[in-house]
Amino acid sequence: MTDDNNQVDRGKRRFLIATTTALGGAATVASAVPFVASMMPSQRALATGAPVEVDIGKVELGTKLDVEWQGKPVWIVNRTKEMLATLPTLIDKLVDPGSDVLQQPTYCKNLTRSIKPEYFVAVGICTHLGCSPTFRPEEGGPDLGPDWSGGFFCPCHGSRFDLAGRVFKGFPAPANLVVPPYRYLSDSRILIGEDPKVA
Amino acid sequence: MNNKMSALLNWVDERFPLTATLKAHLSEYYAPKNFNFWYYFGSLALLVLVMQIVTGIFLTMNYKPDANLAFASVEYIMRDVSWGWLIRYMHSTGSSMFFVAVYLHMFRAMLYGSYRKPRELLWIFGMLIYLCLMAEAFFGYLLPWGQMSFWGAQVIINLFDAIPLIGPDLALWIRGDYSVSDATLNRFFAYHVIAVPLVLLGLVAAHIIALHEVGSNNPDGIEIKKHKDPKTGIPLDGIPFHPYYTVKDMMGVVVFLFVFSIIMFFIPEMGGYFLEHNNFIPADVLKTPEHIAPLWYFTPFYSILRANTFNFLWVPAKLWGVLLMGLAVIIFFFLPWLDRSLVKSVRYRGQFYKTALTLFTISFIVLGYLGTQPVTEIRTVIAQIGTVIYFLFFFLMPWYTKIDKTKPEPERVRW
Repeated sequence: MTDDNNQVDRGKRRFLIATTTALGGAATVASAVPFVASMMPSQRALATGAPVEVDIGKVELGTKLDVEWQGKPVWIVNRTKEMLATLPTLIDKLVDPGSDVLQQPTYCKNLTRSIKPEYFVAVGICTHLGCSPTFRPEEGGPDLGPDWSGGFFCPCHGSRFDLAGRVFKGFPAPANLVVPPYRYLSDSRILIGEDPKVA
Repeated sequence: MNNKMSALLNWVDERFPLTATLKAHLSEYYAPKNFNFWYYFGSLALLVLVMQIVTGIFLTMNYKPDANLAFASVEYIMRDVSWGWLIRYMHSTGSSMFFVAVYLHMFRAMLYGSYRKPRELLWIFGMLIYLCLMAEAFFGYLLPWGQMSFWGAQVIINLFDAIPLIGPDLALWIRGDYSVSDATLNRFFAYHVIAVPLVLLGLVAAHIIALHEVGSNNPDGIEIKKHKDPKTGIPLDGIPFHPYYTVKDMMGVVVFLFVFSIIMFFIPEMGGYFLEHNNFIPADVLKTPEHIAPLWYFTPFYSILRANTFNFLWVPAKLWGVLLMGLAVIIFFFLPWLDRSLVKSVRYRGQFYKTALTLFTISFIVLGYLGTQPVTEIRTVIAQIGTVIYFLFFFLMPWYTKIDKTKPEPERVRW
């Protein structure tokens, strides 16, 4: 063996190790992309998540209709005048009375959190941990206390919402109920999952 | 005959270190001679692991990971498959008993300081095993597709929603759909039956290799390797694992299987603690059960999650709850470095550590109980107090263990 053979070009070795590691690492990360992407909703799931058309004419005054959109319960409540009258009186007790947090499309950022005041459309999933609150339109009641003026009550962790889905202070849910995008196809038909066409 | 056997063994040993491996891990692995009751739970956990894998394989032969078929296929196993009920109850009882064994195994480590130097990595492997077990339990619980399966998964996946910026997309990615659905069930099945068990087995191997490298701790918390026979190099206080501890552990196994069988044959639901009543109702996307609680082994952490009702420092209460729940689990990893005591074993520790460990144990049990119950104002206050005690045990540990008045450790082990 000559001295030449023992001479290691450390700089070259370090360069080769670094580039091999970097390229190999990049290739490994890149090859993870299809696997990670395969776990996003499939084309079929996306298709079933398409907008849903609902006939709201059959929802009687003061009652709630449940429909399914994207596998989630969506409520349509036909609110009476008395129900709507409670909304402005609750401002002090609510976390976000003005709906400043983006839990609704901009066209629903108003007192009733809806396009037409009487019809309230919302995703029936508690913003705390995803349970489905129950509709409690009656006033007062043994479990909800005399101050209760109607709204939604989550059985899991006790969060309370008013008849516009606005969350009351002092309960675990952090935000108002989500209002999905929807638009009126006619006076009595709505399409849930699509914004109104800009005129 | 004997000659032929030893010739065969020779043939193997020249090609694979069979005898050497058996010696290193069994007949010439020297464990301290003063192991007590608390030392049963490692081998029992290993036994349950084997049982879970075997029963799990047989369950997959009849189970259908399909949202339309899953619930009925579990009932089919229970009613129509020969001995299916036994295999299913073995698996469901096994999951709870796994946590019983692991919690007692971990408590043993806290009693005798088994996580302390040089066993930090051993402890970390153990904690990773615990995380894998939690994942196994969570993924597996969705599979029967009952009401609690569905809504439990819904609640836990929604925890990820609380993470700023990426939360909603992350939750969508975990579910593979806009809500917990067939896609979620199918992938949880894949995690439960292959992905997590593979990692788990690797970690168990690492845990045992690390244990046999550093040697077992003992109730005195002293190193038996300090006093070796000058001729043989064998620790004076050590006895070979086989036959001494294999026999002892078999005794433990017999008693454990008595208890296991009584539960499995007579009270497999354990009054709703091992199998929740609501889970005998098929999943209903539109109707949340009145009261959602995870299985008992998650309830201490669930209580910590729920106990957070304050918005603090611009971080909403929900995110605090999620963060503290995560921290409550992760903080165990840091035990080896939080504990500054001069001694390892509770036998030689002072009043501070003994008091702290007692309070911690009580808070863990109380939080666990509260997690199974519906929320009321008074329960929330108790859970908040419990949460504070839980974390103070860890956060104050570097101080109270340091100033604690310890007793001198003995040179050689005692009984």
